[in-house]
Amino acid sequence: MLRLGLGAVSGAALLILPFWIPSTWQNLLITTFYYAYLGQAWNILGGYAGQLSLGHAAFFAIGAYTSAVLASQYGLSPWLGMFVGAGLAALLSLGIGYLGFRFGLRGFYFILLTLAAAEICRLIALHLPILGGYTGLFINFTPNPWQFQFQGKIPYYFIALGFLCLACGIVWLVQRSKLGSYLVAIREDEDASEALGVNTFRYKMIAYALSAALTAPGGTFYAYFQFYLQPNTVLHINHSVDIMIRPIVGGMGTILGPVLGSFLLELLGEFSRTYFAAGVAGLNVVIYGVLLIIVVLFLPRGVYPTLVHWLRQRPGDSR
Amino acid sequence: MTLYVQAIVNGLLVGGVYSLMALGLSLIFGVMRVINFAHGDMMVWGMYLSYWLFVAAGVDPYLSILVTGSAIFLLGAVIQRGLVNRILEAPHEMQILLMLGVALVLENAALMAWGPDPRRVNTSYGLSTFWLGPVVFDLPRVATFAVALVLALGLYLFLRRTELGRMIRAASDNRIGALLVGTDILKVFTLAFGIGAACVGAAGSLMTPFLPFSPSTGIFFTVTSFNIVIIGGMGSLLGAFVGGLLVGVSESLGAVILVPSLKEIVSFILLILILLFRPQGLLRSSR
Amino acid sequence: MSLLTLAGVTKFFGGLRAVHRVSFQLSEGEMLGLIGPNGAGKTTLFHMISGFLRPDAGTVTYAGKPLVGLRPHDICQRGMVRTFQVARPFLRLSVLENVVVGALERVTHRREAVAIAGEVLELTGLAEKAGSMGQSLTLPDRKRLELARALATGPRVLLLDEVMAGLNPTETGRLIDLIRAVHGRGITVLLIEHVMKAVMALSQRVLVLNYGELIAEGPPAEVVRDRKVIEAYLGEDSAGPET
Repeated sequence: MLRLGLGAVSGAALLILPFWIPSTWQNLLITTFYYAYLGQAWNILGGYAGQLSLGHAAFFAIGAYTSAVLASQYGLSPWLGMFVGAGLAALLSLGIGYLGFRFGLRGFYFILLTLAAAEICRLIALHLPILGGYTGLFINFTPNPWQFQFQGKIPYYFIALGFLCLACGIVWLVQRSKLGSYLVAIREDEDASEALGVNTFRYKMIAYALSAALTAPGGTFYAYFQFYLQPNTVLHINHSVDIMIRPIVGGMGTILGPVLGSFLLELLGEFSRTYFAAGVAGLNVVIYGVLLIIVVLFLPRGVYPTLVHWLRQRPGDSR
Repeated sequence: MTLYVQAIVNGLLVGGVYSLMALGLSLIFGVMRVINFAHGDMMVWGMYLSYWLFVAAGVDPYLSILVTGSAIFLLGAVIQRGLVNRILEAPHEMQILLMLGVALVLENAALMAWGPDPRRVNTSYGLSTFWLGPVVFDLPRVATFAVALVLALGLYLFLRRTELGRMIRAASDNRIGALLVGTDILKVFTLAFGIGAACVGAAGSLMTPFLPFSPSTGIFFTVTSFNIVIIGGMGSLLGAFVGGLLVGVSESLGAVILVPSLKEIVSFILLILILLFRPQGLLRSSR
Repeated sequence: MSLLTLAGVTKFFGGLRAVHRVSFQLSEGEMLGLIGPNGAGKTTLFHMISGFLRPDAGTVTYAGKPLVGLRPHDICQRGMVRTFQVARPFLRLSVLENVVVGALERVTHRREAVAIAGEVLELTGLAEKAGSMGQSLTLPDRKRLELARALATGPRVLLLDEVMAGLNPTETGRLIDLIRAVHGRGITVLLIEHVMKAVMALSQRVLVLNYGELIAEGPPAEVVRDRKVIEAYLGEDSAGPET
């Protein structure tokens, strides 16, 4: 009951919040939702199935470029183009997954495979004229909701929030289904799962495809929020790190982990930008790195599980 | 034909310093089973130190490797003692996250100190060349190759011939065994991380006479080191050495056959093939 | 009639002959024991029956169909499930969740799987621990959980790999009763066992493996008197003076 009330209040707050806050804070929240969304997509593969990917930038970029190119060349609305992007991203993930899982790559070896695949995508993208090469791809701004282009930040706020809610809903459904139980079992012990009748190859492929397909629309959102795409940004390994870092900090394999992780990192980033980085380029990222190290050393299971553990252990808990 | 011979020669010359860099990564992994995501950023610090010594005091980069090697050794030892040592038993993703944090700090500290613009060490001999038949040799590349080779050989002799070296190899072969025979494991770990860091720091210095660099160069070399170490075989020092030469040559040939900006694609494809068909690396027998 | 048939099953590891030309039959409803000294190849044999290893030669036939080449989950789905010698609970999942994963092999919906898991936990005496995490279980409970998960898949044949190892006599006695009860429900059992008491108490027939080869077969009481078996277990020296 308390939980429901809390949810309703915070839901209502999120709905009226953007109308009351300055544009920098709107931006901050949009980024938070957007990275939480990407983190949630990564979480299906990394957090639930336990297959860490350091190459999700590839799926992101496919979503971004597919919708942008389809819109500029064929006039297809990005609202539809994002589904094409999701399909292509899923296809690529199935290709990478087939290689990785058929050949039994685990742990660091799988991480390297995903990294190498994303880097190959980056190098190819740099040499595709249609994507603008090193100059990058500019998207002309023509305010038209059907073209995913809006005046002001508020529509983006609600789209990002909507995306995030959708992703959380999907993960919630996964968690309550056979798929979710199987993914978690695979993460815990692949051989034992296989012995209990789990087709580990098939379920890992499903997790990968779902994760990739969900990541791609995040790219579409980015394309029409930034209006500029460059392979060395969207396909850079640092971007893959940005995607994976939030669920890891927040707590992998939980629904709230990526959301909490995204809020914390965005706040930390903003805090270090505002208070430490007065004119010194790089200082805010140094602070960010230091905080990251602190999280790893002191909250190794992620913030959310630690929080839950701490709340449960508290004496006098009424649960 | 000459074009290809030239490409192979250039590739081998760069490959020597790649080998030194990868030896450092392989040593750290072999002993601690930790993957140093900050490897390339340590290298960039070696490069900047050499640059700074050159600009401020006119010290030649081939001399300043003594300073940069020691400085990055200390950096590595401190990172091991202060951070890595605490997460040796932690899950994979947490180790990676920690090292990514270190990488972010190192890269952006360099950004704060020197700014984002590429730097270059302009020595008097920087553009000198000599010909052997139809093949042209860059003097700085040849010097770098020679010094990298000497350092790699020195590391090999250290690991083979000295008591400390034997302890490191024992720990690399069998951590629990080394613990059982009473090895001071913390000392070995610190030393191994320090030496691994010193290798990559020195490799950085050695590249400054012919390679412009900036703070964001680090991640590129981290990934290249990963490539080499996987291709040669994780934890195998000989593998890292041969892998470095191989990656140097394949990138150099790739630049000729494809376009220069696509050269890395060759080593990534090589990496994927190795991962799939020979995950233990080229130079390791399976189990 | 024979449910599981092995014919000439052989496995090499490098130059080492781990299992050599092993043939036997397991009938529907039987409880068959497989014993042998350490390193005799028992677990390797299990790996080959359950699909974790592929035999270098020979055939495995289950319910009239060849099994070689199938993946472990295929074999489980056909009704033959194994346990692991070192119990492998899903450490960060609850005991109930552990068993639910097994139960999902026969049903699609989690609700039904939870119901099945509840019954299995009741049967195996783990009901009180349903909410505990896998990692918090004691060794005997881990062994029970291993058995419970396997039972939840609704098997026709149960392959048990040293479920008694490391248990004290009381716990062994309880587990023997449990396995008897399981067998009483019509499940065919093939058990690898080191604890002779358990083998004697449970098996209707015993196979003895030594250096990868079958050296004896028969009712437990006869097999333990077999000279070759005694030699295998005690070493040839102790049997030597009598020859």
